Amino acid sequence: MKGVEFSLAGAQLTALGSGALWWRDKSLLCVSDLHLGKSERILRKGGSHLPPYDTQDTLIRLEQDLQRTNAQTVVCLGDSFDDLDVLGSLPEAANDWIHQLQAGRRWVWIEGNHDPGPIELPGSHLAELPHPPLTFRHIAESGKSGEISGHYHPKVRVQTRLRGISRPAFLFDSDRVILPAYGTYTGGLRSTDKAFVNLMRPEAKAIITGQTPRIVPMPRREN
Amino acid sequence: MSDLPPQFQHWFAQKGWSIHPHQQDMLNRSSAPALLLIAPTGGGKTLAGFLPTLTDLATSDHTGMHTLYVSPLKALAADIKRNLRTPVDEMGLNIRIEDRTGDTPNFHKKRQRADPPHILLTTPESLALLTSYEDAARTFAGLKRIVIDEIHALAESKRGDQLMLALARLEAICPGLKRVGLSATVDKPEDIATFLACNPNPCEIIQADPGPDPDIAMLTTSEAPPWSGGGAAYAIPAVLEQVKKHKTTLIFHNTRAQAEIFFHNLWLANDEGLPIGIHHGSLDRAQRTKVEAAMVRGDLRAIVCTGSLDLGIDWGDVDLVIQIGAPKNVKRLVQRIGRANHRYNAPSKALLVPANRFEVIECVAALQAVQEHDLDGETQGAGPLDVLCQHILLRAASGPFMADDLYAEMTTAGAYADLTRADFDTCLEFCATGGYALRAYDQWQRLMQRPDGQWQLRDPRTAAKLRMNAGTIQDSDLLKVRMRRSRGGKPLGEIEESFAASLTPGDTFLIGGKIVKYEGLREMTVEVSRDKGRKPKVATFSGTKFSTSTQLSQRILKLFQKEDWPELPRHTAEWLHLHKSLSRLPEPGRLLIESFPHDNRHHICVYGFAGRNAQQTLGLLLTKRMEDMGLAPMGFVATDYATLIWGLDAVTDPTPLFDKDSLHHGLDSWLAGNALMKRTFRGAATIAGLIERNHMGQRKSGRQATFSSDILYDTLLKYDPDHLMMKITRQEAMRGLVDFARIDEMLDRVQDRIDLVQLDRVPPLAAPLFLEVGKVAVSGSAEERLLAEEEAALMTAAGLST
Repeated sequence: MKGVEFSLAGAQLTALGSGALWWRDKSLLCVSDLHLGKSERILRKGGSHLPPYDTQDTLIRLEQDLQRTNAQTVVCLGDSFDDLDVLGSLPEAANDWIHQLQAGRRWVWIEGNHDPGPIELPGSHLAELPHPPLTFRHIAESGKSGEISGHYHPKVRVQTRLRGISRPAFLFDSDRVILPAYGTYTGGLRSTDKAFVNLMRPEAKAIITGQTPRIVPMPRREN
Repeated sequence: MSDLPPQFQHWFAQKGWSIHPHQQDMLNRSSAPALLLIAPTGGGKTLAGFLPTLTDLATSDHTGMHTLYVSPLKALAADIKRNLRTPVDEMGLNIRIEDRTGDTPNFHKKRQRADPPHILLTTPESLALLTSYEDAARTFAGLKRIVIDEIHALAESKRGDQLMLALARLEAICPGLKRVGLSATVDKPEDIATFLACNPNPCEIIQADPGPDPDIAMLTTSEAPPWSGGGAAYAIPAVLEQVKKHKTTLIFHNTRAQAEIFFHNLWLANDEGLPIGIHHGSLDRAQRTKVEAAMVRGDLRAIVCTGSLDLGIDWGDVDLVIQIGAPKNVKRLVQRIGRANHRYNAPSKALLVPANRFEVIECVAALQAVQEHDLDGETQGAGPLDVLCQHILLRAASGPFMADDLYAEMTTAGAYADLTRADFDTCLEFCATGGYALRAYDQWQRLMQRPDGQWQLRDPRTAAKLRMNAGTIQDSDLLKVRMRRSRGGKPLGEIEESFAASLTPGDTFLIGGKIVKYEGLREMTVEVSRDKGRKPKVATFSGTKFSTSTQLSQRILKLFQKEDWPELPRHTAEWLHLHKSLSRLPEPGRLLIESFPHDNRHHICVYGFAGRNAQQTLGLLLTKRMEDMGLAPMGFVATDYATLIWGLDAVTDPTPLFDKDSLHHGLDSWLAGNALMKRTFRGAATIAGLIERNHMGQRKSGRQATFSSDILYDTLLKYDPDHLMMKITRQEAMRGLVDFARIDEMLDRVQDRIDLVQLDRVPPLAAPLFLEVGKVAVSGSAEERLLAEEEAALMTAAGLST
């Protein structure tokens, strides 16, 4: 699996092209904003009847990353479910699948703004996970360091010589890394947004997801 | 020889008319189980179809419905009602004639079912609905004849297949029903006869005198047509001149958007204020009716129109037809030309106006084809299964049935004569459960088998819902446009939802020849206000885009082989000469590919002449092959005659690109994730009842429907790729939007005769493709390489290394 290595607070991390973060020394795989059950939520809100394809697609990719890394610990960085009611309405197959993925490994659910409470799946449920020298939480807090977060669904637009390309991306500097959304049907926030420009140091870099992840200085203004 | 009853002879004599030979023929052979009349416009076709009905009703007592008339257009049904009333009233016949279409008020419709008129005029959709009611047998009791007008138009579409299934149903209710088809000139009458007959019964064909050849030419203008585009704005002054010289001119366009833009420009140049109207399918019904009425009164000097006027409504004294843009299809051109001069035995007058330089060549080729009576025919495939599914569900809505009976009934329809029992059973299973992958979902569990073996609706309440989803017309989702007012302003027409979604408040566009300003969307209605500006944002609601027919494409290739082209205007002949001197012209039986650099990219231009849809598909398949071969393609654009592809690397050996097996393989895997497939799937799934079109009168937003149908498609692809809907989608893909059949045909024609010409500049014939709209971007290794380049550049610039 191709990845870009970088270090944060002394920890050696790999940003995978899929959007997952791999901490080899601790055998820990971190994914953010899975938004499982988005289609069920749309249904409950009175939308159309959708088979839960997005959930399946997200789980397939997660399964592939788990097979490649054989991670002993998985940290889901919040907004794993589109809301707390989703769990009851996830089809049995999806529920079973999550149980299968969980078998034989430690699993941590960090709370997000979409799923701010305990859920009925195995694993630890935490507001945040300190794992020195790092801390895993859903939303970045300014002034912290060694922080791994998600929430914003960052993406980056690069103007190449022949065409502009926009993709989900990791953003990192010496204090933190913000993960792209791992879920299938999720929008994104450009790296040029005020939220990122204020939060990230001037020398911050972006790792663009894709077949081969690419590292570039984080774009801070539209080009 | 059947003599006319006295009151008919008297009426004909009074009018000073004599009966046409084909009208007499229709009368003589009125006992034939099926009868097809081929006659040109103005040949008294409709009267020929109705004479046996009128004489029968005049000479015998008949209670209940006697004759059912089906036409593809609502307007045509209303028009025929008017035209039939005249002889019926003048002869004092006691015959009740009514029409029934989507526009008929509900209370009226209900009464028609209980107390049907002698002659009911309707459309295929309304007929399908009529047969879906529990009391269908009572409504149609005594029915003797069915007359299908403009059957050539219906035979080419799913609407015709639906109609023939409804006829099979009627045949079961009223055995011995006589079928009559009325058709314009076609290339293969036998095909239409098979389509019309109750299989395996024969169908007799009556050919009326085709009348004199049309007087047809290309409009000459002082200004040369532009290199690209479809507006033909350059020809406005010349068109206006023609309008002035004639009594009434019909100005045909291939798409609604082009018609709107042309109409707008025509009015800007119409200094004398000649009365000119516009008519197309997106306009509000009230507006259309107004234009039609003005037309009949002879108040209009010209009418800008689209296919909505293709079929035979009688429009008074049209003495000139102008076709803007290449006709794409010779048969349709001939039928359009027939709209001018409704007097039998007088030549019709028509002018062709090419919209761009390439269309000049196409128009000349089409003119030659018309002169040689060389019509293009596309063979019709077997009846589509989505229509079959809809029919099964509607059949269930009318009452319980035995599978064996329904199967036997359906195979009497010509298009379904070869339907296998296995395919039928799959369709029935789909209607009952939704198919394997969807069996867990309640909303698709619709039929159940009773202990006595009959199939019926699981929940009788679904009948209403099924009726609401009936129909096979797949117009893209349209939103009503209204003037903004406190309480529902004036309706103007409809625009496509995708177009509406691209508008922001303040944007202006054209509709019904008016420039309006977009104000906002309210409850699925686009609200607009009048705008005083002169330049609108272009209306992109598209109408149908046709592909140039195989036969016409071959004619163009043959034309290219000549030494010189005196029949072409000088500007166009010079263009071809220049191209020939720098490269070479495409040839029949060979495939020309040009390879050249331009604007930091490498290009190839593939002159496949396979029609727009197939060239588009070829672009998708070739870019996929190039991706696999590491040539880093970036995008393509297609026209009716060529596909232009650009990428990071040059193609030096095209042969492996066109390997037939690899292209087929590419098609299979590409089809899987493709947007066109999803669109095709959506159409088929809507017709087959998998996706709902309407929900109790409330139209679902197109975007909602797209979302759910796309996800359904992905789900089936992954978990049940052999699902009936997937099979139907793949079958349709071979024709229609994907049109792979024509790529196959081209590859067979070309074999290994592929010529690569390498150039260092843009070749003249390829130049217009750079101006073509609708470029498709391809992402893949080219993006990866561009990103890698950019990564290196950015990191170096930042003083970093990776």
